Amino acid sequence: MVSDEADRPLGTRTRVSAFLFRHPRLRLGGLLGVPGLWFLVIYLGALVVMYATAFWHLDAFTGLVVKQFSLSNFKRIVDVPVYRTVILRTAGIAAAVALTDIVLGLPVAYYAARLAPARRRTAVLIAIVLPLWANYLVRIFAWKLILSPGGLLEWLFAKAGIHVTIGSSLVAVWIVFCYLWLPYVILPIYAALERVPGSLLEASSDLGARGWRTFRRVVFPLIVPGIVAGSIFAFSLTLGDYIVVQLVGKSAFIGNVIYDSVGIANDIPFAAAFALVPLAIMSIYLFVAWRLGAFEAL
Amino acid sequence: MESRGVSLAIRVGTGLVLAFLYVPLLIVVIYSFNNSVSQTWPITSFTTRYYSFAWHDSDVRTALATSLTVALFATLLAFFLGSLAAFAVHRFRFFGRNTVSFVLVLPIALPGILTGIALNTAFNNYAIPFGVLTIILGHTTFCIVVVYNNVLARLRRTGGSQVEASMDLGADGWQTFRYITWPAIRTAVIAGMLLAFALSFDEIVVTNFTSGTELTIPKFIYNNLRQPRNRPVVNVVAVVVLLVMIIPVYIAQQLAGAEAGTAAGRRAALRSETEPGL
Repeated sequence: MVSDEADRPLGTRTRVSAFLFRHPRLRLGGLLGVPGLWFLVIYLGALVVMYATAFWHLDAFTGLVVKQFSLSNFKRIVDVPVYRTVILRTAGIAAAVALTDIVLGLPVAYYAARLAPARRRTAVLIAIVLPLWANYLVRIFAWKLILSPGGLLEWLFAKAGIHVTIGSSLVAVWIVFCYLWLPYVILPIYAALERVPGSLLEASSDLGARGWRTFRRVVFPLIVPGIVAGSIFAFSLTLGDYIVVQLVGKSAFIGNVIYDSVGIANDIPFAAAFALVPLAIMSIYLFVAWRLGAFEAL
Repeated sequence: MESRGVSLAIRVGTGLVLAFLYVPLLIVVIYSFNNSVSQTWPITSFTTRYYSFAWHDSDVRTALATSLTVALFATLLAFFLGSLAAFAVHRFRFFGRNTVSFVLVLPIALPGILTGIALNTAFNNYAIPFGVLTIILGHTTFCIVVVYNNVLARLRRTGGSQVEASMDLGADGWQTFRYITWPAIRTAVIAGMLLAFALSFDEIVVTNFTSGTELTIPKFIYNNLRQPRNRPVVNVVAVVVLLVMIIPVYIAQQLAGAEAGTAAGRRAALRSETEPGL
């Protein structure tokens, strides 16, 4: 199907493509130039400027950014007790969310990896992943409907003779985060479970270990990397979120401090400085995970 | 190794967790037919009239038009930029090649709020007024990686021997692309574009920082959730958004199979696919 065109000797197009063939650098430049420039100008440049901004500060009188090196933003984060509370609250809930999701995720991952027949396994995996593609806001909204006063949960509790309303609270925030990030936690655990060789389980049972003992002594140590990977998702996504707290919570998280510094106070230097906090926490978290040997099996 | 009791417990646990994932979405669908303006449970009477309200709501219409425009342009730009970058990484060995995937995935891997603030600061610095254009620029930035990942995965799978054969048989670069490369990667490109479209249509975290006063569908939901005004309409919009999201993702999955984000999860896929083999 190409012969009719190939017969023509050295058309312009052929010459161009031959020229390009002899100059691979030019081809590379043509391919990578535009996307590279896009990222450099729009994104990487922006990130660098943002982090440089963290070392500037806002003039209290004029409300303008003073482009002079200072550590005043960081001093403020350390000195003001509210910020410490916010950081501890966020990290605490993030850890609780990660832990809850691991507990919720283990049976599903185990079922999909080891119990389900092949066809059912695919169905379960799709069922786990599909909610990730449902609109993030709609998923929060669903819980607002369920948790709000007069909502489904209050009604269910009332049926059981308990009178509680969760409404907008830290508990609501915890539930919604658990809900949002659960698929991210299940998938790496599933992947880790799937890689555990069946022969090890047989060996363990041949040596007399019952189900629980086999799980604790053989399976669990092997899937720790998957669990840690999942917890990293839950943890880091919670650290960076500001919308869940706005919609179903009351007390601010790290994301809200950053958001309000931009949106309300228009203090971008402080927002940029505070944005380094989740980055620092994640670095510590990853470092600890690495020291625990969590990455070795990955 | 599982005793019958343990196996049963795991099955029940799986059922409960899947219910936990889906019941809330079902609740949203049920509420969209709620006749009452108050959002309490149980629902006493049902109606479809809010679907027509939503269709005629001017805010919803503006938001929908903006969302579709943005998603369309962001998808097209992501198609060009993502495919180009994928070809560059696949065909060439060059300094910094390993960092390309890393850099492209950053807008999604970093917390959205950082990307949002960074873009906000940048647009302020370049004095670009916030509006449809800035939303498109922002969305394109994090959509590129979706197309890139899909195309690169397909290029790796197809290998280079067919391309070499085509060149040996005298086809020029354009013919080889037209008759060999493009048919091989076409479905991966389309799948990537559909996922990019869904991602853009869904986005709120970054959009909040780049949209100024412009309204998109997620922003419409967000605004109305913060200050509850026309909740019944929001319910309907929420259901429509669920459908709009799921259709392209489903088609993408059919087209690209395991390469599409669906098979391995959105973020999870983006991370795991970029790592091996680089």
